[in-house]
Amino acid sequence: MDVSNLDLKIWRGDAKGGEPVTYRVPVREGMVVLDAVLWVQANIASDLAVRWNCKAAKCGSCSAEIDGFPRLMCKTPIAEYGGQLSVGPMKAFTVIKDLVTDVSWNYQANKEIPPFTPGEKDLSSSEPWRMQQKDVERVMEFRKCIECFLCQDVCHVLRAHDLKGAFQGPRFMVRIASLEMHPKDVLDRRPLLKGKAGIGYCNVTKCCTEVCPEHIHITDNAIIPLKERMDDAYFDPVRSLLRRLGGSARKPSA
Amino acid sequence: MDLVSSPSYETVEADVLVLGAGGAGLRAAIAAAEGGARVMVVCKSLLGKAHTVMAEGGVAAAMHNVAYQDSWEVHFADTMKGGKLINDWRMAEIHAKESPDRVLELERWGAVFDRTWQGRIHQRPFGAHTYPRLAHVGDRTGLELIRTLQDRAVHQNGVDVHMEATVFKLLKSRGRVAGALAYRRADGSLILYRCGALVLASGGAGKMYRVTSNSWESTGDGTALAYDAGAQLRDMEMVQFHPTGMVWPAGVRGILVTEGVRGEGGVLRNKDGERFMERYDRDRMELSSRDVVARAINSEVIAGRGTPHGGAFLDITHRKPDFIKSKLPSMYEQFLKLADVDITKQPMEVAPTIHYAMGGVRVEAETGATSVAGLYAAGEVASGLHGANRLGGNSLSDLLVFGKRAGEAAAASAVDHAKAAARKLDQAEVEEAIAELMAPLERPAGENPYRLQAEIQDVMTAHAPIVRDESGLRAGLEKILELKARAAVCGAGGSGTLAFNPGWHTARDLHSMLVNAEALLRAALERKESRGAHARSDFPKTDDELSDVNYVVEKTPQGMQVKAERRPPMPGYLAEAVRHSYARYTPEETE
Repeated sequence: MDVSNLDLKIWRGDAKGGEPVTYRVPVREGMVVLDAVLWVQANIASDLAVRWNCKAAKCGSCSAEIDGFPRLMCKTPIAEYGGQLSVGPMKAFTVIKDLVTDVSWNYQANKEIPPFTPGEKDLSSSEPWRMQQKDVERVMEFRKCIECFLCQDVCHVLRAHDLKGAFQGPRFMVRIASLEMHPKDVLDRRPLLKGKAGIGYCNVTKCCTEVCPEHIHITDNAIIPLKERMDDAYFDPVRSLLRRLGGSARKPSA
Repeated sequence: MDLVSSPSYETVEADVLVLGAGGAGLRAAIAAAEGGARVMVVCKSLLGKAHTVMAEGGVAAAMHNVAYQDSWEVHFADTMKGGKLINDWRMAEIHAKESPDRVLELERWGAVFDRTWQGRIHQRPFGAHTYPRLAHVGDRTGLELIRTLQDRAVHQNGVDVHMEATVFKLLKSRGRVAGALAYRRADGSLILYRCGALVLASGGAGKMYRVTSNSWESTGDGTALAYDAGAQLRDMEMVQFHPTGMVWPAGVRGILVTEGVRGEGGVLRNKDGERFMERYDRDRMELSSRDVVARAINSEVIAGRGTPHGGAFLDITHRKPDFIKSKLPSMYEQFLKLADVDITKQPMEVAPTIHYAMGGVRVEAETGATSVAGLYAAGEVASGLHGANRLGGNSLSDLLVFGKRAGEAAAASAVDHAKAAARKLDQAEVEEAIAELMAPLERPAGENPYRLQAEIQDVMTAHAPIVRDESGLRAGLEKILELKARAAVCGAGGSGTLAFNPGWHTARDLHSMLVNAEALLRAALERKESRGAHARSDFPKTDDELSDVNYVVEKTPQGMQVKAERRPPMPGYLAEAVRHSYARYTPEETE
C-alpha cells in the first residue's frame, strides 16, 4: 500500500460546545482509527482527550462515533474509509472533552442491580460446584461484554429521549440476563426489570445488537427472554385470572 | 500546619487506600473491606479497563480437575524452575497452595469458567506447567476475573472508587505512609488522600519499550512511587518478553497473541517450515517457558530464518475451525479484523513483545508489606513470586492470592495505626510535589513529552533487548540519565490546560518510566550471568553462585544504588518438591 495521507476530522470541544478540526495524518499499513488519533495527539495536538487502554478490542475504552457510527477506534481499520473520515464522541453521554464523555451513569446503573446470589444449599456446600458446559455457555455470551457502552450510545431511549433514569439500557439488560440465567443464581430480578431497569421501554429495534463489537445477540438472547419472563409474571391473562381467584400463580413481590 | 483547611485540594480520608483497580487492587479492596476497613480505590482509567482485562489464557491453580496427579508441590516446583530458582520460595509456596481456593472463591462470586465433562472447572495446558492447570474462559479469562471482582467490590459496603485519578506522590508521616496526592484526569483538580495504610496494585512498566502488549497506563507508577518513598525494589532486571505478539501490520505490532494458541496445539515454524523449537527445548517444544521460546524466535530471526515481517509462524490450522473459534474466539476475531488473517486457514505471524515485569517492589511473602511501614504491594508491581521468568497463568493467580493477603494485612495495619490518617503531613513536601506536577504546564516551549517518551522507548528497545551486553547497557544508562535531565524540564506539549490534557499526564508519567528504566539498566549491569528473562551475550552461562542472589535497588543520598542480597536456603520439604518434579530446568543456551 502506498504511503498516503488521511484527512482526519476530530470533534474538539467540551460540554459548552465545539467543532470538528481536520488533521492530516500520514497513513501506515494496517493503521486503525485509534492509531491515527494517537498520532495527532503525539504530533499535533498534545491535549487531545481520548480514552484508550488495550488497543486490542478487549477493554472497551475507545468507543467513539466514526462517520457517525458507534465503533471501537482500535478495531476500525482506516482502510475501510477513503482518504477521510470523522471521529466524534458518543452522543448519548455528556462530553467532558473532545472524545471523552461522562459515562459515570453506567456505573451507577450497575450498582442498582443486585449482584450474583447463589442459593443457600450451594453457599453452604464445601464441595466445588458442578455445572455443565451447555448450561454455562448461555451466560458466557453475556459475560463477553467489554462495557464499551456503544449499545447504550445507539439506544434511542437513551440517545434521543435521554430516559436514563427510567431505562438502564441494553448493557444492563445483558448484565441482568447474565445473572438471571446463571445456573447457580436464585434471585428474582423481575421486579427490577419492571421497575428501575425499565425493560418495557425497549421496543426491540435491535440497534444495540448491530453495534456490539463482541457480537452479543443483545436483543434476541438477552432482552426478549427477559421481557418474556417479566410478561409471564405480570401480564399473563391466565395467571392474572388465577391470581384473582386466589390461585398459586403468585406475582413476584415488587 | 494542618492541611485540611487548604483550598487547593480536596481531602479524602480512608483506612486503606488502594492504587490500581486491576485484579490485585480489587481483590485487595475486597479483603480490606472484609477486614473492617473503609477502602478507597484510585485508578488511572475507568473501572474494569485495567490491564488484567487483557489476560487471555487462564489462571493457574493446581485443582487437579484434568490431571489428577497435579498438586501444589508440582505447581510450586514448576514456578521455581520457570523462575530459574531466584523466586522468593515462600511466595511460590503460598501461591501454589492458595490459588485453588482463590479460583473456587471467584466461582462463588459468579465467575463462569469452561467446564470438564464432569462439570468441574476445565484446565488447559500451558507453557512450562507440568500438567494442564489453567482454569479459563475461552481466551478472555482476564475479563471474567476483573468483571467478577469489580461487581463484588462495588456491591460491598466500605469500598469506594475514584476513577480516572492518578496518584503522583506518596506522603509519609514519621516514617510511615499516611497519604497520597492525586490529580483528576478530567479537570486536573487535586485530591489529598489520608490513609492508615496503602496498597500498591498499579501493574507494570511495559510502556518503556516500543513494542509492547501493555497500554498507556503501564508506566511503572507504583514502582517509582515506592522508590521515591524509600522502599526497596528487587529483580528489576527481569522483564518478560512474551514470545508471541502480533508483528504485522505495523499498526498492531506488539498486541498479544495468547499462549493459549500453543496450549491448544499451535506450533511454531520458521520461514523454511521447520519446527525450530526442537533445537531449543526438545522436551517441551512450543510449551517451554516464555524466556526460552522468546529467545528461540529471536535467534531464528537473527539467523535469517524469520518470516517476511521478522518473526515466526504460529500455526493452529490443523485444528478444526469450530474448535479454534470456540477455544480462541478473540484471537480468531483479532486476526481477522486487524490483520485480515483467518487463523483457521492461515498461520499467524508472531514475534516477542514486552509483556510483564517480574521485578518490582520488594515485599514480605506473607503480607505484601514493603520495606516502608504502612505500604503494601501486590500483583505485577510487587516482586518475588516469579523470579527470573513468569509462567503463563501465574499472574492471575498471583493477583488473587497476594491481592487478598495484602488487603487483609493493610486493613489490620490501618486499624492498628488508626491515628495515622490524622497525623500531620509535611506541608512543604506537599507543596513541592504539587509545584513539580504543575511545572510542565508553565513551560509552553519545553520539550514535547511524547517525543521524550518515544526516545525512552527507543533507548530501552535498543539497549535492553532480549539479549543484552555490558557496553549496550552502559550506553543505555547514559542515555536514560540524559533523558532524565531533559524530562525534568519538559513541557506539556504546548497546551497549558488542566482539562483532560494527556500531554501533561504524559509529562508526569515520564518520571515513573525513567525510574523503572534506570533501575532495570543498573540491575541488569550487576547481574553478570544469563538467567531466565535476563540473557547476556557477554555472560552466556548461568552462574550457580548467583542462584540465591537477588539484586535490590534503593534510593540513597548518592542516587540509585544496587546491591546483591543472598536469600536464605529453601527448607527441606520445598527443596524436595523441586528435586522430585519432572519439569526440566532449562539451562541458558544463549549464543
